[in-house]
Amino acid sequence: MAGGIKKFVVACFDDEKVLFPAVKNVRKAGYKIHDVYTPFPVHGLDHAMGLRETSIHTAGFIYAITGTTTALSFISWVFTNDWPLNIGGKPHFALPAWIPITFELTVLFSAVGMVLTFCYLCNLAPFVKKHVFHPRATDDLFVMAIECTDKTDDAEVQNFLQQAGATEIKVESAETGWWIGRYDREQKLYRD
Amino acid sequence: MSQPFTLPGSYKKWTYALLGLGAVAIIYGLISFHPFSHPHGEDVSSTRFWAVMLQNSVFWLLVVNASMFFICATTLAMGGWQVALRRVPEAISSVVPILGVIAFAILMFLVWGDRHDIYHWVDKEAVKHDKILTGKSAFLNPVFFTVWTSITIFLWWFLGRKMRAMSLKTDQDGPMDYETGKKWVFKNTVWGSLFIVFFALTVASTIPWLWLMSIDAHWYSTMYSWYTFASSFVSGMSLVALFIIFLKNRGQLEYVTDEHLHDIGKFMFAFSVFWTYLWFSQYMLIWYSNQPEETTYFIQRLGTAEKAGPYKGIFFFNIIINFLCPLLILMKRGAKRNWGLVTFMAVLIIFGHWIDFYQMVMPGTLHEKGQLMPFEFGVALFFIGLIMWGTGRYLEKNSLLAKNHPFLKESMIHHT
Repeated sequence: MAGGIKKFVVACFDDEKVLFPAVKNVRKAGYKIHDVYTPFPVHGLDHAMGLRETSIHTAGFIYAITGTTTALSFISWVFTNDWPLNIGGKPHFALPAWIPITFELTVLFSAVGMVLTFCYLCNLAPFVKKHVFHPRATDDLFVMAIECTDKTDDAEVQNFLQQAGATEIKVESAETGWWIGRYDREQKLYRD
Repeated sequence: MSQPFTLPGSYKKWTYALLGLGAVAIIYGLISFHPFSHPHGEDVSSTRFWAVMLQNSVFWLLVVNASMFFICATTLAMGGWQVALRRVPEAISSVVPILGVIAFAILMFLVWGDRHDIYHWVDKEAVKHDKILTGKSAFLNPVFFTVWTSITIFLWWFLGRKMRAMSLKTDQDGPMDYETGKKWVFKNTVWGSLFIVFFALTVASTIPWLWLMSIDAHWYSTMYSWYTFASSFVSGMSLVALFIIFLKNRGQLEYVTDEHLHDIGKFMFAFSVFWTYLWFSQYMLIWYSNQPEETTYFIQRLGTAEKAGPYKGIFFFNIIINFLCPLLILMKRGAKRNWGLVTFMAVLIIFGHWIDFYQMVMPGTLHEKGQLMPFEFGVALFFIGLIMWGTGRYLEKNSLLAKNHPFLKESMIHHT
């Protein structure tokens, strides 16, 4: 499900203080930031990049409600309808005894659901390798990837980033789309 | 930094109005309930008077004390985010000695005034013929009760005062360099941990047993103290939120932002859920094992399948406003950052836990004769007025910002 090959201008920054104004200026100049890769979570970077608030918690709430409903409806069907048992003389519809299991399923559904959703949103799956724009993004550099269209003059972009304080700039091509950049096929890019 | 804060006239008006209304209720109770006579036959109004006084003095004392717990717990955790608003819980906790003296006087009257309509275990004759109460008498006896209650209230006041004094002293001492700051934080942590340890020995264990659980002297629950603690802590956080919102509306607390309110809201949300967890654990274990000496507590409240108990409505109302409402309303991120909604929820939570204490005290003392009339609310208003008075006094007297606290910067740039 690859979305074709795109060209990126990759710029590295070695300081958050340089990165933030650079992100701001790049957005102001109208370039499209593909993503910024950082060695650690940077507070406020999502706002600076203009990313919208995540809605994963809404998804989590829906999964949780699903878990609650599943647990309550299944247990009540089993114990009142399908296979009623006399347990310690308690009524068949013994709500307090079901609450712990309902709680567990609520948590399980919401946790597992959110993890899978997160993986889907980040295009993560087993055996899928992500394209790494710069190996030091996991070590000590902040790496910004700017997506180029047909009309983008990459020399101009490079120049712009140089002005913004990037320490290292290069142009890379990578496969995009749902499963962005499969690492094992990096050498056989269509355009090369 | 900013000139001393003066309370607006409306705050003072409300304080005195509440104190006045409360005083009217208490005087009405003193005159028409004959609180110094013992109940005879059907007339339980003197029991009602003392039960209401017990419920309110203990509840509001634990609520104001919870804000000192908040300060100490965040101090121990090396938390920095609360520094911008730290003076608010400090101010609230300065009411502890006032409410402590009142609660102490009421408790002493109940124990030494032979009020076995409230505390059954002070009746020496009954204890002698009662195997369970004799077994408990090493713990549940007036002398131990008095000694431990006095130590408790004294140390809450003393350790709390020490924490407040250390914080206020930084205002005079000027900015700290790295070394002094380090020393100050260490000293603060030591005193904070002393308070926490003592808090665990009192609020989280013995004090609820003595003051509240002993109303149902034959019954016991290992969840009870935590349950009481959760109740008082979540109401304490709500009270802190209310004062922060009030001060923010008056243009004070310049460094307190949505982010800080968000964290306070998280406490209100999380401890509502924690309270429910304990409520349910207590209920379910007793429901499951179904032993008569344990279920009696819930039968007094809920009744049985054949006959509904007098507190059934309050019992479920309690769950709705203390669990369902905070869970569903405060869950969203936007809700915790909405000042109006947090105000509403804070009032609801405090009211809910006041009701919770009501249903902890009344069924054991008044049985099916518990009432929720203007008298009950009036006494609560008196205590609210006292808290407003004491807190306002502290806020006016001292700077609202601990401006030399070593962690202030961390609080200013706080971001959730």
